[in-house]
Formats: sequence, structure tokens, C-alpha cells
Amino acid sequence: MRDKKLRNFHEAKWDEPIIFELSTKGQRGILLPEVEKDLEKEFGELENLIPENLKRKKKPELPELAQPQVLRHFLRLSQETLGQDINIDIGLGTCTMKYSPKINEQFVRNPKFSELHPLQDEETTQGILKIIYEFEEIMKEISGMDSFSFQPGGGGQAIYSNAAIIKKYHEDQGEGEKRNEIITTLLSHPLNAAAPHTKGFKVINLMPNETGYPSIEDLKEVVSEKTAGIFITNPEDTGIYNPIVKEFVDIVHEAGGLCVYDMADYNGLFGIARAKEANIDLCHFNLHKAFSSPHGSMGPACGAQGVTKELEKYLPVPRVDYDGEKYYLNYDKPNSIGKLRKFYGVIAVVLRAYAYVHTLGEKGLKEVAEISVLNSNYLIKRMLKEVKGISAPWGNKDEYRTEQVRFSWEKLYKDTGVNTDDIDRRGTDYGLQGYFQSHHPMIIPEPFTPEPNETYSKDEIDEYVEIFKKISEEAYENPELVKTAPHNAPISYLNQPIIDDPKDLIVTWRVYKKKKGIK
Amino acid sequence: MNKKITYPYIPNSVEEVKKEMLEEVGAKDAAELFKSIPEHLRIKGSLNLPKAKVSEIELKEFIQSKLNENQSCEEYTNFLGAGCYDHYVPAVCDEINGRSEFLTAYCGETYSDHGKCQAIFEYTSLIGELVDMDVVGLATYDGGQSAGTAIRMAYRLTGRKEVLLSENISSQLMMQLNEYCDFMDIVKIKYDKTTGNMDLNDLKEKISDKTACVFIENPSYLGTLEEKAEEIGTIAKENGAEFIVSVDPSSLGVIEAPSNYGADIVCGELQPLGIHMGYGSGLGGILACRDEEEYIMNLPNHFYSLYENNKGEFGFLRSINSRTSYHSREKGVEYLGTNVGLWAITAAVYLSLMGPEGMYELGRNILYIGNYAKRKLSQINGVDVKFKEGNIFKEFVINIDNSGKTIEEVNKKLLDKKIFGGKDLSNEFESLGQSALYCVTEKTKKEDIDKLVEELDLILNS
Repeated sequence: MRDKKLRNFHEAKWDEPIIFELSTKGQRGILLPEVEKDLEKEFGELENLIPENLKRKKKPELPELAQPQVLRHFLRLSQETLGQDINIDIGLGTCTMKYSPKINEQFVRNPKFSELHPLQDEETTQGILKIIYEFEEIMKEISGMDSFSFQPGGGGQAIYSNAAIIKKYHEDQGEGEKRNEIITTLLSHPLNAAAPHTKGFKVINLMPNETGYPSIEDLKEVVSEKTAGIFITNPEDTGIYNPIVKEFVDIVHEAGGLCVYDMADYNGLFGIARAKEANIDLCHFNLHKAFSSPHGSMGPACGAQGVTKELEKYLPVPRVDYDGEKYYLNYDKPNSIGKLRKFYGVIAVVLRAYAYVHTLGEKGLKEVAEISVLNSNYLIKRMLKEVKGISAPWGNKDEYRTEQVRFSWEKLYKDTGVNTDDIDRRGTDYGLQGYFQSHHPMIIPEPFTPEPNETYSKDEIDEYVEIFKKISEEAYENPELVKTAPHNAPISYLNQPIIDDPKDLIVTWRVYKKKKGIK
Repeated sequence: MNKKITYPYIPNSVEEVKKEMLEEVGAKDAAELFKSIPEHLRIKGSLNLPKAKVSEIELKEFIQSKLNENQSCEEYTNFLGAGCYDHYVPAVCDEINGRSEFLTAYCGETYSDHGKCQAIFEYTSLIGELVDMDVVGLATYDGGQSAGTAIRMAYRLTGRKEVLLSENISSQLMMQLNEYCDFMDIVKIKYDKTTGNMDLNDLKEKISDKTACVFIENPSYLGTLEEKAEEIGTIAKENGAEFIVSVDPSSLGVIEAPSNYGADIVCGELQPLGIHMGYGSGLGGILACRDEEEYIMNLPNHFYSLYENNKGEFGFLRSINSRTSYHSREKGVEYLGTNVGLWAITAAVYLSLMGPEGMYELGRNILYIGNYAKRKLSQINGVDVKFKEGNIFKEFVINIDNSGKTIEEVNKKLLDKKIFGGKDLSNEFESLGQSALYCVTEKTKKEDIDKLVEELDLILNS
């Protein structure tokens, strides 16, 4: 084998025009059938069928392209995108960028699924209803919770749905007005603060201490008769498992609040630890993360929402039930919070997750957890040992992290003036997707949060480490090279602006043309 | 039998590799890696999960046999719509959304995912042309979520809490709005039973300086085109309220864009634009607004703004991030999570393929076949088409009270003939009696309608 640690990479650079610039009047990408003669005879001109004041006066100014040119345009754009399938996507920590099995794509693209209308007679959808029902059983076992809804269209909507249930629960206890505060930790995903706030709660953010999680005393200080609940991510984005979570739960329960687990970071815990043992009341999993459904350039996704028996009645409707003979959609749930999304949810994601669990089984899922945590600690060990200027703040140095870690480039920045944005962009020159730094607020300086899940090989993790060794060397020897990166990406880093003024916003081509005075 | 499995999705499950890595991290076995998790938080014993189908052959057979228990709209003639639509999906749409790069990308930004960012910019630009508005947000979970956000925007813009909307909106959307806008007062406006249009007298009576917005759907859930849309908008404005229009994008090649009859915020369901139904998986939400600062600052979704660098290259940047909850946690405007990026890209491909002429022909074909269906069904003895005086786009309501039969019975019989009859409205709108909402698309042929008429006639009149 050749001794070649780093690849000489260049991402596709097509200098591809905006689709409107490719338009040629009269070209067609697809044709529709002619109107059947009988119909034309029966109704005459199209104008007869539209009320005068609703006729579109000016056709939409969409581009006009033939089919091969549309295909080529979007294929070029796809080539200028580093999907998980084509890069070592360890960098997007907290996102669990794992391999999404191709066989599962065949299932969701099968017309027996893709051409199902959600209102079909249940007699004709027994297959998919059974899959949903059985997947609920699977999720109950994995989490120890008593009931699941797959209606939320992503993790954010599941967090929102949990907040909605908490609100309804306290209203039913006659404490809706009084219990208007949600506690969360500053290192929990921002939506653990934002979604409860959207639901009308006041939010209290707990700061972590040097252990990486807040102390019991900090929690006790903010818990009161106003506490509606607490939203905890465990492990947090730092990959530090909160071992005193049960104590947190007990304190909040004692005060009359409910406890929510954000299990978006669950990948390292399959078969090891679950919500039930921590006495949690509500939780959610991102099926597009630990359960392998592809992330789809930001969705469609599914936030699987799990609750205890006591809270089951509040889950969104419909639920999938079984009457001993057939599976059916049950809307008869008078205490339900109602609906978050039309029909049932993104069942394509459920179908993929169902197939994923079925092919791995109990042992395979535990292997997922073990290898993802092993990979993570292997990466941490090598990075801290070999990459100059990096550190892993907080936590007990003698303890292993879970499936991810939050590094800091603080030392490298102080030594060289190269910051985490620069390093992030430079990674693309070596074929890496940009990495995830940290959610806001960035309390760890110059953060970097990789998650080398179980689908990456040791060789790939080694390559990943070599890349950051190299970038660190570059930062110390030739900082300008890193500060002006990327050099091998589809576009250059030159006078990249910050757009914070609505007057500078250009989210449509028509606005660009207006600003430039182009007809 | 107990041979250790080497998992195809888990490269380091090879024992030798695992051993080498454990040595590097100084652990004697995998269990040691979890020592920070206290015993009382551990799972006792092992999970009771279905037996693994470890080979792809076994897995495929297992899942396929389950899917084969479904009957799809490919095998049946479908007249169901009501929020999810059986439109034609061009092959190029599937080709592009099946591309590994788009399918498996996530939140990468300006440089590594330049192509994805451009595709998203093109989505917002193409929707901008379709709805004739300058500011378009990223696609949301579904049309209902967009409606909820539009209504919340109206609250933030006006400080008022009252929402006026028509009695004829769907129970599904109503449930979504009751949930998402639970701190607001939703007041229903009567509609005209002959045309399906909003009752302007009732609107004028109920609107006041407490009204945050008037929300209409055009076409309405029950299929009729809202011919008084412009007047409704004027009444809203006169009272200082926002005018929100939820629109069917498949109609916009022939039907006027809402901004041209006064809409301030436009929302709607994205799924008709090249996305498979997938039992409801294909939904997405359109959201667009005026190019004015206060609207922009109240839209909660990401903006990918275009900029030009020194080399004259276009780049795309997430912009005005302080609005979003990603950046500002509870101080952001509403929560914002992973939505439906892949459907936004798919819709961009669809609109690029269709162009202005394609969208015109789409609307044209639907209008002809829809009106044909409406006319033919109205001629069946025992069938009464509701809102006959109104115009429709692709959906319309039939009533069979005079036949003495129920929609449920009729639909069961149609099912035997491999037809999915219209959506049963008898539980949703008691005032409509035994009624069903029928839907056609550009895929519906005249012979499909003729067959439906024949079967309905047999069921009702023999």
C-alpha cells in the first residue's frame, strides 16, 4: 500500500449560474397532455372556467429550460455539496451523520409506500399501519417509555410537542397559570429553550460548572412552585454524561414539575442507558440521527416523542391502534394536545428506522453504541495527543466521553490568530464537510464538536486526525493559508459579508435583479 | 450459531480493529468506556427486540412483504385530496432528490455545501416568482405549520390576538391552529352556501380593532375559488389587520397570485410541486411575505441570502440570524428546527422543469377535468353538487342525502371497484350531511371520471 495520509482534494467548482440565467424563452422541461377534445368542446375557452378577477394576469416569471439542462444544473449543484455519503462527515457533531442504508431508500421509494394517500381506507393501508404500530413497540422497549407518537416532523417539533403536553398536564391539574417556568441547561440544544418559550413558558437556563453540567445547588435555587418542568439533554453536546440526572429528576418531581429528556444525542447509549431508569416523564429521539434516516439537506425528519402512561392521553392525534383484527388511526383522544402536522407525520422516516432496527437487532444496536463511543474516545485520544493547540475543556480527564466531544482551539487561536471558523473552512480543502462548532451561546472558546459515529472506519478516523494535524501545523507555520481558506471549494473566501440588515437581504433572484437594476 | 457478526454498517466491528482501538484508549473492553454512567441509570439485562434480519436479502423480503399489504394510488383510481395530492412527479425530481449529495447533506454552509445553498436560494427565488413576492422563507413542516406561523407573525406585527377565518377550513388545519395559536382567539366567519365564498357581511360584523389577521384559503378546503378575495383584503386593511392567504401552488399558473389581490403574507402546501404523497410524508410549507423590515424580522426561518465576492462569485449565507432560535434560543421568533430541505430542492427542480408554460398547462388541465367531473357527477340521480354557483379548481363537494345512503357505504363499494372515493365529510362538517370532497389532478383522465360516474350511478340507483 502507498503511504499517503492526506488526499489532494478539490471539490467540484462549476461556477454554475443561477437557474434564471440559464433560461431561453420557449424551452420546455416537461410537457403535459393536451386537453381532451371532448372537454374543450364542452367548456370552450379556459377563460370560461376562471372568475374574471382571479385570472392570473401575468404568468409567473419562472425560467424556461429543456430537460437535460435542468438535470445538469441540479447535478452540478449536487456535486458542489458534501453529503455524508461522500465525505468523512465526522465534523457535524450532535447531528449523528451516520450511513443511511441504501436498501431503506428502496423501501421508501417503492410505490407501495410512495403512492399511498394518507386518507385511504384503512383496509388498503394495513401494511404501513402495522409498521407504525410495531415501531412504537420497538421504541417503547428501547427507551422504556410507555407510548410514542411519530407525528413531530423533526426534533424541534418533538421538543415543542413535549412542551405542549407539559402545559396541558398542568392545566388539567389546575396549575396552568401558576406553573409557567421551564428550566433547561445552557448546553442543551437551543430548542430546549426556544420551543417551550414558543409554547408560552418563561425559560431559565442553568449554567454548567467545570464538570460540564450544572450542580444540584444551582438547580435547587431555580426550582419552585412555578416550575412546570425541566428539559435535559443527556449526554450533553460535550459528550459528558450527567451522572446526577436522577437527582435532578427527583428534585423537579418533588416540586411538582415534569422531566423531559432530549435524546438527540442518543447514539452512544443503545442498550446501555435509557429514559425509564432516570424516571423521565417525556423524551424524544431524532429518527434522522441515531436511527439512520438520511438528513435530506435539513429534513424531512421525525422526532419520535415518548411519554409515560400517565401522559399518553395527551399525545398528538391520530394514534395507531389495533383492535385485535386490524390496525387503525384513532382520533378519539379527547385529552390530546391536538395536531402538530397534517395526517400522521413523516412516515418515510419511520419506515427507514423500522428497517434499521430490524436489521441490527438488540446486539447490533448495542454494537452501535459501543463502537460509536469507542470511535469517539479513539479520536479524542489521538487529537489531544497529536494535534497542537487543541483541548477538551471540562469534564473529568480520567473519564471517557460518550459519542462526541466539544474541543476548543483556544490555545491555537492565542498562539496563531487562526480561529475555529478558519480551521473549519480549511477542512473543506481536504474533502471534509464543514464542522459543527457549538450551539449558541458559545461558552467554550473556539469550539469544535466532532462525532465519529460507528459507521466510520478506523482508517477514516485516522485520516480525519491527520487532516487536523496538518491544519494545525499550517496555522503555526503559515496562518494566512488557513485564514484565507477554502482554496479548493466551489467558491473562494473573499470579503464574505455578514448580512444582518434586512435592507441587504437577497433571498430571491427578483430582489437581486431589482437591486442591480437588471430587467 | 453464536458466531460474532461483523456488521456491514459498522466497519470497526471487526474484532482485531476493535482490540487495537481499545488498547489505544486504554480500556480493557467496551464496557469500560461507559463507566461514567452510574449503575442505577443502566438498563438491566438486554432489550427485547425482534430477531435481527442481518442479511439484506432477509431484510428486503421482510419489509417488502409488509409493504405488499398496502394498496396504493398506482393500483387504484384515486379521488382523495383534502391536503395531500396525487399529482404527477416528473422523473427528474426523483433523480435529483435521490442524489447522495442532497439526500445525505445536512446543515453545512456557504463553502462545503455551496451547491445545496444555491439550490435553496433557487427554491426561494422560484417560489417568489410563483407567488409574486420578494421574500420567501425556507420550507416549513407543512402548509398548516406555515399557516400557524403566518398567524403568529400577524400577532407580532399588530399586537392583536384575534384571528378571523372561514367556517369551511379543514378540521386538520383547525386542530393545528388551535394548538399552535392557542393564545389567540380564533373566530369563524360564515360562508355562502351557494358559492362557498366568505360571507362579507359576517366578516364586516366581526372584524374590529382587535383583529390581528383575516386568513383565507384560495381555493378553499371545500374546493371553491374565493372570488371576493380582494374585497376581503381591503376590509382587513381598513381595520389594520394583516391579510393572510393560503394558496395551492399548483393553481398559480392560471389563478392570480395572492399578493396581487392584497395578501401581506402567503402560505400554502408545497407537496403538489413534485413530491410523492408517501402517506403524508411529502408535505412541506410555503411561507412568503412583503419585502419590509418588520415582516422580515418576524419570519422565523433561515434565510440564505445571495452575496457577491471579490472574484464575482455568488455565495449564499445564512442571514439575519439573530431572529432565529438557533442563534438566540428563547429570544428568537418562534422555534425553528430541521424542516424539509429535500422537498424544497425537489420543488425547485419541479418549477424549473415546468416553467411558466408548464404551470399554465397544469392549471388548465386541472380546471377542465375538475369542471368536467363536477358537471358529470351533478347529473347522477341522487347526487347534489354543493356550492354549485361557485368556481372550483381541483376539488368539489358532492352530497348524497337524497339517495338515503351514506358516503361510507358508497366509498366501501367504490373500493371494490378499485376506486378511492372522495374524502368523507360527514363527520367533519355535520351541516353538509352525507357529503364527500372529490379531487382530481392532471393525472385524472376523462375515462376515469366516466367510470366513476358509472359506478356511482350503479351504487346509488340500483
